Amino acid sequence: MRLLEVDNLRVSYGQIKALQGVSFTVEEGEIITIIGANGAGKSTALRAISRMVPVLEGSRMTYRGQDLLRFAPDKVVSQLGISHVPEGRRLFGNLTVMENLILACFARRDRGRIAEDLERVFALFPRLKEREEQKAGTLSGGEQQMLAIGRAFMSGRRMMLLDEPSMGLAPLLMLSVFEALKEINAREGTAILLVEQNARLALKFAQRGYVLETGHLVLAGKSRELLNNPEIKAAYLGG
Amino acid sequence: MNLNFFMQNLINALQWGSFYALIALGYSMVYSILMLFNFAHGDIFMVGAYIGLGVSLVLLKIVGSGAAALVPGWVVLVATILISMFLTAFVGIIVERVGYRPLRDAPRASAAITGLMIGIILETSNILFLGGQRLAFPQLIESQTYNLGGVFITNKKIMIVLVSIGLMTTLHQFVTRSRWGMAMRAMAYDFVVVPLVGVPLNTIAVMTFAIGSALAAAAGILFGLAYPVLDPYMGVSFGWKAFVAAILGGRGSIMGACIAGFMLGFIEIMTVPGIQIVNRLFELNIGSNLRDLIAYSIVLAILVFRPHGLFGEPYSAKLRL
Repeated sequence: MRLLEVDNLRVSYGQIKALQGVSFTVEEGEIITIIGANGAGKSTALRAISRMVPVLEGSRMTYRGQDLLRFAPDKVVSQLGISHVPEGRRLFGNLTVMENLILACFARRDRGRIAEDLERVFALFPRLKEREEQKAGTLSGGEQQMLAIGRAFMSGRRMMLLDEPSMGLAPLLMLSVFEALKEINAREGTAILLVEQNARLALKFAQRGYVLETGHLVLAGKSRELLNNPEIKAAYLGG
Repeated sequence: MNLNFFMQNLINALQWGSFYALIALGYSMVYSILMLFNFAHGDIFMVGAYIGLGVSLVLLKIVGSGAAALVPGWVVLVATILISMFLTAFVGIIVERVGYRPLRDAPRASAAITGLMIGIILETSNILFLGGQRLAFPQLIESQTYNLGGVFITNKKIMIVLVSIGLMTTLHQFVTRSRWGMAMRAMAYDFVVVPLVGVPLNTIAVMTFAIGSALAAAAGILFGLAYPVLDPYMGVSFGWKAFVAAILGGRGSIMGACIAGFMLGFIEIMTVPGIQIVNRLFELNIGSNLRDLIAYSIVLAILVFRPHGLFGEPYSAKLRL
């Protein structure tokens, strides 16, 4: 079933055209990725879905049959269940690990389920349980990424937007973070839209992929096809 | 300077500092959370004092005063403080809605002058509606002076300091323990990301303005009890000095704003006996009207050595996602 349909998405920052008519879809429970070089507009696409940047006239986004553009940023999370793990994690460094997770439940109505969900996050990332009372700003890079995903999980989980989760992580940590994401996807049916510069990793993880070049989608297809595409190999996978 | 003399001034400094601290909290919270200087805040203190005046007059009319009163004066006082805090909170909410929210994405300088303009509007509205003359604040409780071994304390001073510290402690508990307070602390760290975790930014902003304004109203009423004459410009110099305290306290720190407020009161009050001592020792003739010059030179010196203030909390400097 169709979860999200993005149609003719256009975004500008002043004179700079970041996205020039981008269209893609995400199915319920699906993992997809948008790959592309630095500055191609990948992060902008996620920000537009989260309603954190204004979109230009003619852009349409439909989420489960509803017009996404009618929702304020915090309602996109609390009412539609679309959570966003931003580039650079952006944790609340002055709050403890626990407070970061609890704050993400601020607008939740199902208060009774919060304790249960916290247990799930701690089962997924036992390291966070150990660091429960520690300030988020003192965590290592890997732990911060785990907390960022945990925080997103607590705030909304029908769909998760992930911006460069592999950035700055050692390869082994990177793999364990992606394992956790796979588990969330399998257990909760959370659809994942992943934006990555590490194209090989992203395509191995996702079922489908889109290739973004300077504000235009130039290619779309099954991950396996993209991995074997000679042009993609040359441009994004290091030959 | 003997000990009694010092204690006497210390008590005065505590009372004076209470006003600064209560007002500084409003500046500090708005600045921490929205990266915004609410320069109308000193005038909200003035509006709070006038609302307190109005509320107390109405209450006195209802319950009567003097020997025939239905309830003792302190009940009227407590009711006046609570009702005025509640009403002044709405003034803060209106200021946020009309003056600041439309300018959320405007350059910071535009948002700063909004405050100045709202301040002028509040002052001149006061003159328009109340004629601009100074008004006497009713003395709701009987003044009593206690002599503690040569140090004179009035019941009002004790009450003012205790109520102020009570309000500060309550706020501190609210900010550190409640989920609303947690959202405020998160916003102080990185307000851009707050909506991304499902927290409604505007709701927290409104609440912050409301709490800050309510505290300013409390300060206004306590001020009216200690110095029972109100005038439309009473918030101007008070506001600026409380703003100094807010910045001196450090961004994002409730405790910092309170301590800096008391410190400012202490420096101001203690400068006068300080001048007297210097005059006597060196046979000089420095006038005590140089108080603020000396007091704020000291504050400036402190800021030079601690440019981030006394207790600034860490925060993310990123202004966009």
